[in-house]
Amino acid sequence: MQPYIKHTSIAALMDRSNVDTDQIIPKNFMKKVERTGFGINLFHNWRYLADNITPNPEFELNKPAFKGAKILVAGENFGCGSSREHAPWAIADYGFNTVISTSFADIFYSNCFKNSILPIIVTDEQLAALMAEISANEGVEFTVDLEAQKVTTPGGLSISFEVDAFRKESLLDGLDDIAWTLKHEEQISAYENAQKKRLPWLWPSA
Amino acid sequence: MTRTMYEKIWDANLVHEPEAGSPLLFVDRHLMHEVTSPQAFEGLRLQNRKVRNVHSILGTIDHCVPTKDRFNIVDVIAKKQVETMTANCEENDINLYGMDSKQNGVIHIVVPEHGFVHPGMVVCCGDSHTATHGAFGALAFGIGTSEVEHVMATQTLQQKKAKTMLVKVEGKLPAFSTAKDIALAIIAKTGTAGGTGYVMEFAGNTITDLTMEGRMTLCNMAIEAGARAGLVAPDQVTFDYLEGKEFAPKGEDWPVAVEYWKSLVSDQGAEFDAVIELKAEDIAPQVSWGTSPEQVISVTGVVPSPSDFTNEVKSQACANALKYMALDAGQKITDIHIDVVFIGSCTNGRIEDFRAAAELLKGKKVAAGVQAFAVPGSFPVKVQAEKEGLDKIFLDAGWEWRDPGCSMCLAMNGDELEDGQRSASTSNRNFEGRQGKGGRTHLVSPAMAAAASVAGHFVDIRDWK
Repeated sequence: MQPYIKHTSIAALMDRSNVDTDQIIPKNFMKKVERTGFGINLFHNWRYLADNITPNPEFELNKPAFKGAKILVAGENFGCGSSREHAPWAIADYGFNTVISTSFADIFYSNCFKNSILPIIVTDEQLAALMAEISANEGVEFTVDLEAQKVTTPGGLSISFEVDAFRKESLLDGLDDIAWTLKHEEQISAYENAQKKRLPWLWPSA
Repeated sequence: MTRTMYEKIWDANLVHEPEAGSPLLFVDRHLMHEVTSPQAFEGLRLQNRKVRNVHSILGTIDHCVPTKDRFNIVDVIAKKQVETMTANCEENDINLYGMDSKQNGVIHIVVPEHGFVHPGMVVCCGDSHTATHGAFGALAFGIGTSEVEHVMATQTLQQKKAKTMLVKVEGKLPAFSTAKDIALAIIAKTGTAGGTGYVMEFAGNTITDLTMEGRMTLCNMAIEAGARAGLVAPDQVTFDYLEGKEFAPKGEDWPVAVEYWKSLVSDQGAEFDAVIELKAEDIAPQVSWGTSPEQVISVTGVVPSPSDFTNEVKSQACANALKYMALDAGQKITDIHIDVVFIGSCTNGRIEDFRAAAELLKGKKVAAGVQAFAVPGSFPVKVQAEKEGLDKIFLDAGWEWRDPGCSMCLAMNGDELEDGQRSASTSNRNFEGRQGKGGRTHLVSPAMAAAASVAGHFVDIRDWK
């Protein structure tokens, strides 16, 4: 996994709440057996006109000012709905590595960390201030510093955010989750052996 | 110290809690389908890792399967997903109810039919509706594909402990109200983010009166309230359902297992982080009017107006939904006309769902211009329904009687709404475009869907002839 490095990037504004995973990546574009190539269909149904090719000029992310944005600022309950990791794959493949909102759906939130995406939870007031700054100055660049757990803006906002210490470390170092867990092989085996005695019917008979 | 059922399952499955890092939770059962697993198998191969406990996995093929002419998958990429799933299961010796199995069907319908999930288990699947299995008192939740890979390689998940919410429903449901209506009424109350960070335990005499099928319908939709999982305490209804099933404990193991399962229920006086209560008497048949499962109202109601919401976000969401759904504020729910009716999905694709619908369809005909199709959740459901003659009732009423699959719940298999078409659907999500780009979905119970197919619009089935 890519380590998450401090960056200053364009922040795109998506002033919508409850953006669900069916919007992030509609199911017709999930039929792939790879993890890559989903970015072109991110927000497909909003992003393209009826011919499925022409960018919809009304859709916020199609604004030239947001081209190259790495930070997505969106309304509450972002990523609700299905567990599809295709959603964060599409977000990452499009070029975002940070999503800022007041709340995220659980599974989506967890999936982000597996894909070098930092989901940042802010308060209603902070979100309103960030959104206002983008609206007033489209194309504005925010700085995200995970090490310091801080988002700063040219407008003078400085917002501290919470993130689980282990998840933070994994993102900063680009750690492989499975490798970390397998360091606890001894405990896993011990658990399995105990369960074979306690609940033997869960295991194939020897 | 008293503990909730969630805390007991957590404690029993906790492998390790290191000082730095994440707690590791043991996964007893891992369910799998063709859409969210291929990248996980690929990941294992690239790292030269093996599937740790093959016996813990059960797979089906369901999302991409055509419900007519099922072996003829026209979409080449869908076909590749099916072939990849089949090959991955073969290569790893995984039990797959594949395309040619008489047990094939929607994963969350098939798994309980075989008694594969028991109370107290931790169960996961790359699918958010894994919450279904909470009906058995198992901690069951959806995971992403990276976690699917993690479970295959380690049999554990890095998990953070959730908060607990008690959802108590007491009293007698009105005639024709079902577990689906309870689920929708709960989501209308909590909102789709109300359960975020929580595991919900459903309790109260209305819940214990539900069949296992009803409990599965209810827990299935816990995710639509944002909850990580839903739980119902195991009781005699649970034990009777499981006894004798293929993967249920047998012989001298059975009484030991039942004793263990009984010990899992929340202790008297256990504290929950949040409690909400509903009266069953208040739960009339529900209909969703918007593009989120919280945008729901009783069939007797009218489509709300943005000004009915004091919360600015919800007000804006209402305005957006009315536009997408082409509805007017104040319009009566019973005046909403529909084009397509779908009964099926992991929410409402079980035998009692088809019985309830057939009851209303007997001797009736589908309204002119309405297309209606029934998709049993699995071949065993289909076979059972046909044994009871339900297929004939559907066919005589002008319905199509199809083969199992996820079908138009998420419309990956070719069954989908056309732009602008409106459905009455027994599935779980009414998101924009969920059932086809530009399609408009109204979530209802099977009986409500059946009646709508005949009337051509929603009706209050309690006084419908």
